[in-house]
Amino acid sequence: MQKRVTFRHLTLPYLFILPQLAITIVFFIWPAGEAIYQSLLRQDAFGLNTRFVGFENFERLFADPLYIDTLWRTLGFSVSVTLLSMLSALLFAVMADHVIRGATTYKTLLIWPYAVAPAIAGVLWWFLFNPSVGILAYLLQGLGYDWNPFLDGDDAMILVVIASAWKQVSYNFLFFLAGLQAIPRSLIEAAAIDGAGPVKRFWSIVFPLLSPTTFFLLVVNVVYAFFDTFGTIHATTSGGPGQSTTTLIYKVFNDGFIGLNYGSSAAQSVVLMIIVIGLTVVQFRYIERRVHY
Amino acid sequence: MSSISIRGVAKSYGNTPVIHDLDVEIAEGEFIVVVGPSGCGKSTLLRMIAGLERITGGEIAIGQRVVNELEPKDRDIAMVFQNYALYPHMSVFDNMAYGLKIAGLPREEIRQRVDRAAAILELADFLERKPRQLSGGQRQRVAMGRAIVRDPSVFLFDEPLSNLDAKLRVQMRLEIKQLQRSLGTTSVYVTHDQVEAMTLADRLIVMNAGVAEQIDTPLAVYSHPASRFVAGFIGSPAMNFLEATLTEDGSHLGLTTGDRLTLDHRPDGLGGGQNVTLGLRPEDLLLCQEPEASLHLRVEMVEPLGADTLVHGRLSAGNGAASEGADTTLVSATAGLMTLRLPGTAHFDQGERLPLRATPKSLHLFDAANGRRLS
Ligand SMILES: Nc1ncnc2c1ncn2[C@@H]1O[C@H](COP(=O)(O)OP(=O)(O)O)[C@@H](O)[C@H]1O
Ligand SMILES: [Mg+2]
Repeated sequence: MQKRVTFRHLTLPYLFILPQLAITIVFFIWPAGEAIYQSLLRQDAFGLNTRFVGFENFERLFADPLYIDTLWRTLGFSVSVTLLSMLSALLFAVMADHVIRGATTYKTLLIWPYAVAPAIAGVLWWFLFNPSVGILAYLLQGLGYDWNPFLDGDDAMILVVIASAWKQVSYNFLFFLAGLQAIPRSLIEAAAIDGAGPVKRFWSIVFPLLSPTTFFLLVVNVVYAFFDTFGTIHATTSGGPGQSTTTLIYKVFNDGFIGLNYGSSAAQSVVLMIIVIGLTVVQFRYIERRVHY
Repeated sequence: MSSISIRGVAKSYGNTPVIHDLDVEIAEGEFIVVVGPSGCGKSTLLRMIAGLERITGGEIAIGQRVVNELEPKDRDIAMVFQNYALYPHMSVFDNMAYGLKIAGLPREEIRQRVDRAAAILELADFLERKPRQLSGGQRQRVAMGRAIVRDPSVFLFDEPLSNLDAKLRVQMRLEIKQLQRSLGTTSVYVTHDQVEAMTLADRLIVMNAGVAEQIDTPLAVYSHPASRFVAGFIGSPAMNFLEATLTEDGSHLGLTTGDRLTLDHRPDGLGGGQNVTLGLRPEDLLLCQEPEASLHLRVEMVEPLGADTLVHGRLSAGNGAASEGADTTLVSATAGLMTLRLPGTAHFDQGERLPLRATPKSLHLFDAANGRRLS
């Protein structure tokens, strides 16, 4: 049975949701509408003339090999960020689950990165990996690796992946830890008595029981890598060198604000919007159903 | 099937001792029940046998092998947990087969063993179900099945029935007993329920605050409780306790009401005039005619149970006995509430005064200071 509050006046409930509604309309619906509208228009090179072009912006976009490259790059970037941040978070969570003394301190320290603004995180890693002053770059060079994210596209990609993943580890850690602590101790003990060693126990009992958490985080992390990494990329590599760290979201900014190609930029936003809607649908559908064991 | 030797075993968490110096030899095939109030260390003892808890002092041997340093999986034991600890993402079959698969048994043999266990436990129709699709009693059976398929030398049970309703508990109790009889596997069973303990056990270990107060057969524990704690814990309704004083000649007990009870012998090592705690089982107080009465009970409440009637009340002073100078000096405390178990559905009124007697054999005497039984 669900508990329900019933209102006598019909206007009252609307008044309650009004602030939220206003925020949603002003900051989400309106810009989204504007983006869709702009994506159907085209300006001439001097910005003097604007005309309606239908889906032409989209056709050009998908015919552009640069855009397709960016799409693949973004996929690679997202998968790397998601894997790196989820695997490290899982590792930390498994270890934290065993810590008894000083557990709170340990957890608090792991949660800090989440409070750091993306741009700050970017700058932090930019310094650490800076070929002339960064300590990590110095270590890598000491190992004989010619590290230079300003010249080498792969190095730059590794840098943004690490910087982006680092920020997300805290969030994943919290969820994994909560998931681990929700598994009854007796299950692990029963498996130990059944003869399973720690590794076997993890893969046959713990990991399957974490699957709802894992799936949820998977979607959240992909969405994060797609959409929330702009600040980090902007502060570390600005999408360069060349296009090597330009992801879809960064390209929207680049083409719109630097290239001043509003039509194309708006069309790219709409594509991103469709992707995020798709991911959200997947999440809602499956999180409610499939993930129950 | 293995014997279990527990020699001088102790356990502390940090500086807090939880189990003190426990010694018990469990024979092959024996069904031992560890019973005691919540928090007395029963689970800790069981978990030390299982290898889930480190042993602080002493030694545990299963068969001839000292297992102190062995991992749970190397001890050849199976355990049934209070919450069953079934793997929620696995089918009933996989739950039972998990340990066998790890042991590397051939597929065919796994299937046979699980099928046999499922047949014994009437789970054959549920093998493909997930634990959440089963009732409490069925889950309990799966937990049992998981234990028996491995054919271990020892079964350990930690309050396996406490999550079931009363009726199912009685039924499962019988099934566990029959199963253990037919398999003949040495079993250690932990419970706080003394009825469960009495009905299942070959021998009981009655624990209190980390100490084994008595280790004996259920009937011996009932008829000769080794301490006041055991006397009060085993038996329902609980034994009645009264403060009493041994008369100078050692032939009688004087009660605070002034009544006197005859003893058949002088308790060992007890001097005249010394205080003792007298224990009387509710069924050992017998209704009698006034002339033979040595006690009187003022009825306060009656609980007819059908076969028996429980009468609660307080002792009241005997006829003029309280005025006998010598005896009034014995009065040291007021008598508390007493319970009588009387057969049948006899009717009693509130406030009625019942004449009672107790045979000397049915009196249990305990040291007033340390609670040990006096013989
Ligand atoms: N991991 C632990 N750390 C500290 N104290 C514990 C731990 N486990 C149990 N205890 C304490 O040990 C005592 C015995 O516990 P337990 O064996 O679970 O009792 P029970 O007889 O109810 O099964 C209790 O006082 C409990 O608080
Ligand atoms: Mg317990």
